[in-house]
Amino acid sequence: MLTRVSTYLYQRPRLILFLLLGPPMIYFLVVYLGSLIALLLNSFYYLEEFTGLVVREFTLETYGELFTPSNLGIFLRTAGMAAAVTVADALIAFPLAYYIAKFASPRARTWLYIAVTLPLWSSYLVRVYAWKLILAKEGIVSWFFEALRIDFALDWILSIPSIGGSSLSLSPIGMFIAFAYIWLPYMIVPIQTALERVPKSLLEASGDLGAKPAQTFRKIILPLAFPGVVAGSIFTFSLTLGDFIVPQSLGNSRYFIGQAVYAHQGTSGNIPLAAAFTMGPVVIMLAYLLIARKLGAFDAL
Amino acid sequence: MPSNSNGEKASLGLKLGALAGLLFLYVPLLIIFLYAFTTDETTYTFPPPGLTTKWFGVALGRVDLWRALALSMQVAAVATVAALILGTLAAAAVYRSNFFGREAISFMLVLPIALPGIVTGIALRSAIGTIGIPFSFWTIVIGHATFCVVVVYNNVLARFRRTSGSQMEASMDLGANSFQTFFHVVLPNISTALLAGGMLAFALSFDEVIVTTFTAGQQSTLPIWIFSQLTRPRDRPVTNVVAMFVILITFLPIFFAQKISAEASDVEGK
Repeated sequence: MLTRVSTYLYQRPRLILFLLLGPPMIYFLVVYLGSLIALLLNSFYYLEEFTGLVVREFTLETYGELFTPSNLGIFLRTAGMAAAVTVADALIAFPLAYYIAKFASPRARTWLYIAVTLPLWSSYLVRVYAWKLILAKEGIVSWFFEALRIDFALDWILSIPSIGGSSLSLSPIGMFIAFAYIWLPYMIVPIQTALERVPKSLLEASGDLGAKPAQTFRKIILPLAFPGVVAGSIFTFSLTLGDFIVPQSLGNSRYFIGQAVYAHQGTSGNIPLAAAFTMGPVVIMLAYLLIARKLGAFDAL
Repeated sequence: MPSNSNGEKASLGLKLGALAGLLFLYVPLLIIFLYAFTTDETTYTFPPPGLTTKWFGVALGRVDLWRALALSMQVAAVATVAALILGTLAAAAVYRSNFFGREAISFMLVLPIALPGIVTGIALRSAIGTIGIPFSFWTIVIGHATFCVVVVYNNVLARFRRTSGSQMEASMDLGANSFQTFFHVVLPNISTALLAGGMLAFALSFDEVIVTTFTAGQQSTLPIWIFSQLTRPRDRPVTNVVAMFVILITFLPIFFAQKISAEASDVEGK
């Protein structure tokens, strides 16, 4: 019986393909793409203010609401944070990625790779929590500044209007540190991959032609690592744009995109506005991906 | 002294930079471990005024924590099983035939982790709300399965590409039917890839909070419990213990999954 079924199927590769592909495709088309389409539709509906009910009629009014000064401020603030975090992560990630790719022994490379990717897969929330402990007013950073008798420097940083706050754990600068921390592995891995692909012969040729190590680094290694940096920046940028955990935990009362989405769908039940808000990161990311493709980042993924 | 194949040595600056990056990744986690033992109940004072193990006992006695942990485990288990089935099917389809839209499938599977979590979260929430399904255990599972599939898919597809098709042909030539070939040849070949993918999927689901906040009703998974403590800290010492526990419980499966993948590519490289 089984053999007959098997033979029957063997002679019909199209049917096998259909059977294999059916379940995952049905799941993704219905559940995932269906939801994304529902989201897009919702962003063209609007919330009737008196009844608090969503009216399912086509309108661009909800998108219009995005362009109020306070909402534009949310977009700018979030994109600015994403850009700052991306630059910081590229700077912190590069030495470690370079060391792993070019200098570590094969054994050490495996271990370092695991050490970098462990935090990438896990404990996202706990790793945010760690900074709540570290940056608290009574926490380790303040203690460190006081022990060195330079607490005036910390106070000075916190008094800067747009990045400071009452303590590091309630300020944009604290958020910046936490963001840079949690997304760092996403930057290290693509840079390391890009650096590992730099052919040895190229470096030897550069040396043979009389370039000093610093010149080889600047003229050969950096340009070839750049697509890796861009690939990593896709993650750091996108993840920062969509996150509401960090601003909610470490930020002040000034909203980020993720928080705005969370707040609008939650307390006020304004799903249309929340949906329109998420189109912000989606559009920014699509534009970013187009630029990244031009810069050759997809080969480094 | 580490040096690369050109005999160049890493400069001191580079080594310090690499070390700084590594410390930046791990010191904060060690600080959580320290705080799990602090006697300080109401603040995050450093250095801790004293050390104690009593919070472990307190955490063990918390019913709400056990309930959240159980829910997280159940969700992760069901989402992982769903991801294993759907991911393996998709990988098998993409591996064995060249059909129109193959690239589109990879792209669609990766979308849930490429787009920001709030997009997936609010999309599912608005869809679930529109249809009128009550939020429950199953709505959480549906959310988690969407981003777990790609992990299994990537692992299994990579393994398929490394296995030579001749083994399957040999099995069929020797008279095994497709099912026998699957259970005796294909499954043993991809078993460690399934194990690695499954563990990663489990860890990803166990840890997820953004999509979950949108797809959960009144229940709270362990990450949601922690998130509530992040915004309104009421049980600081217990949260410290939970945080330490989460690091330990999620690092182990990921560590083994990575080891398996690293060893698999080593074997292939030789």
